Amino acid sequence: MTKELILQAREKANASLRLNLQEALALYEDNDLLFLADCARRMKEKKSGRQVFYNVNKHINLTNICTSGCPLCAFQKKEGEPGGFVLEETDIAKILEEAKSTRNLGEIHIVSALHPDKPFEYYLNVVKQVRQALPQVDIKAFTPVEIVHFSQMTGKSIKEVLEILQKAGLSSLPGGGAEILSDRVREIICPKKATTAQWIETIKTAHKLGIRTNCTMMYGHIETIEERLQHLFTLRDIQDETGGFQAFVSFPFHPANTGLDYLKRVGSWEDMKMMALSRLILDNVDHIKAFWIMLTMPIAQLALGFGADDLDGTIGEEKIIHAAGANTGRGITRSKLRQLITEAGFEPVERDTFYHPVEAGEEVFK
Amino acid sequence: MYSSEEYKEIEKKIFAGERLSREDGIKLFACKDIAWLGNMADYVRQQKCGDIVYYNVNCHVNLTNICTSKCKFCAFGRDKDDKGAYAMEVEDALALVRDASKDPNLAGLHVVSGLHSDWSFEDYLQRLQALHDEFPNLYLKGFTGVEITHFAKISGLSVEQVLRKLQQAGLQAIAGGGAEILSDRVRNELCPNKATAAQWLEVSRTAHKLGIKTNASMLYGHIETLEERVDHLLTLRDLQDETGGIQTFICFPFLPKHTELGKTVQQTSMWDDLRTIAISRLMLDNITNIKAYWVMLTVPVAQIALGFGANDIDGTIHKETILHDAGASSPTALSEDNIIKIIREAGRIPAACDCNFNILRTFAD
Repeated sequence: MTKELILQAREKANASLRLNLQEALALYEDNDLLFLADCARRMKEKKSGRQVFYNVNKHINLTNICTSGCPLCAFQKKEGEPGGFVLEETDIAKILEEAKSTRNLGEIHIVSALHPDKPFEYYLNVVKQVRQALPQVDIKAFTPVEIVHFSQMTGKSIKEVLEILQKAGLSSLPGGGAEILSDRVREIICPKKATTAQWIETIKTAHKLGIRTNCTMMYGHIETIEERLQHLFTLRDIQDETGGFQAFVSFPFHPANTGLDYLKRVGSWEDMKMMALSRLILDNVDHIKAFWIMLTMPIAQLALGFGADDLDGTIGEEKIIHAAGANTGRGITRSKLRQLITEAGFEPVERDTFYHPVEAGEEVFK
Repeated sequence: MYSSEEYKEIEKKIFAGERLSREDGIKLFACKDIAWLGNMADYVRQQKCGDIVYYNVNCHVNLTNICTSKCKFCAFGRDKDDKGAYAMEVEDALALVRDASKDPNLAGLHVVSGLHSDWSFEDYLQRLQALHDEFPNLYLKGFTGVEITHFAKISGLSVEQVLRKLQQAGLQAIAGGGAEILSDRVRNELCPNKATAAQWLEVSRTAHKLGIKTNASMLYGHIETLEERVDHLLTLRDLQDETGGIQTFICFPFLPKHTELGKTVQQTSMWDDLRTIAISRLMLDNITNIKAYWVMLTVPVAQIALGFGANDIDGTIHKETILHDAGASSPTALSEDNIIKIIREAGRIPAACDCNFNILRTFAD
């Protein structure tokens, strides 16, 4: 890594100019965390000023019984294994009944496993059921990995699957399952699920249909730094083409209870560095989310100083990451979220799925 | 570097190595740009300390939790008859250190305890002496200004005489605790039964005169105002101008769980913790080292604090008790490997040191 390259990369980052992979690698090596924070903060302010977004949402994980057996996952169960669950129509009805009493609920977030027996109709019916129970709420559901699975199960094309879901009420896709978009990496951490090409195809198809999505990265496992940064450039290229990504979310890998439990969780330094670098590299993505469930709330709050402008939501019951030993709480009140944002010197803005501001009520959540 | 003009003057002073004023300090606490603050503190850290981060392989010895001073911020102190009250006999203290010294890298001890209602100064001294006799190669850092003031009071000796006796028994450096906020208003409310601000300062001053180095600290995030934080830093800066004997400064965020004060006070945020470290680095221009004490800050905050001006991350500790009684969520010990990894990830050079910042081993790749 030459001094000139580092200098050039710093100058570009400082001026909020578009970086290339070599420059991003130089900034990574340079490891000047607070410099990156300073640059990221300025780019954040160009995108969203002093605003920081959050929403009132609820996560529903339909099942944890999964055929893909990814070594990176602590959530999955095999069929018949203790702890496996599947939510049926009546279970979901109960959750939705409860959700109705959540004032200002803006979004239902549904992410699940690849169940061996449940047909596409099962998932489709869930979307219909949610749409019927909560007509005003945005439904953000199914990662590209699940969409590819639906396509394989039904013999329908990805486009057909998405169109059917869209018609049933799907508003957007959460963008998970991207992990690291490298076939070498996926072969080791998740060999049986959607490939790099399939993930990208699903996202591009969704964007063409007007379904907006998030994009994600799972880092801190077996990927090289170059693969990690290349992943961000892959996402940037897609965004140049379609413009359909709303927010980028990064997940530090939690090794506990996974097939990769010999690895160590990367430190908070690395988390903040990736937060700032992703803000700088993804110059065409509007929002960077600090997903507090993964990061813990103190680190997520700090991330607001490193380029993040979204604290995700109030969430309700989260199961996937807690299975991997996350020691965060399972939900948070709106007033607490607002307080954390204000304390960091930003202006809290309650949003819907599409980052439209909504009026925040005064009441406090349970 | 800063987006608004408001902080340009301060930024200029920092780059020129000029001393910041009380007004500057207050203004820094009003700054909403945490990245800028961190950047400034990191610049100063680089100038003063380079890329080495100190840690020690140590063992905490808390001789007793029986304490007469009843400070409102404390979850460790007990009455003699309380459940969980303990007082180590000489043999208990030795047994703890024997266990810790199974680690061949163990370099020293940190001895801090309650103000026991029945113990004489001799009781403390005897335990220190026994530790020193059996483990002459372990450095001994111990006793805060509060304990030393207490020893003088119960023994009728002067602070200087107490310090000389401790020194003879093997003490090499004094711990930085008990400073809290050096303001009589705050101390009258929180800890009226222990050393006053003047007494705490007098212990440090006397120790420095005898050639004993000390640490200094600040307990913040309770009832103090931000101005009082700044004044506290300036008090320490003045003392350091006078004696030069303070080795490292440690910020302690108040942990409210299980304390009397916890009913009304919320725990500080990571933002507050990091800006306080950064501002300490900027204000304390004459103290070389700034410690990010992971037990109180938690490991993730302590690691990031290395980017906010800190160059010392404390030690392995063996088994921390005082702050875990107050609900600290950090582990009670860290392995040396873990500490090295934390420091390296931040791009710094880990260096194991003794209680006087003499480097024992470094790990430059």
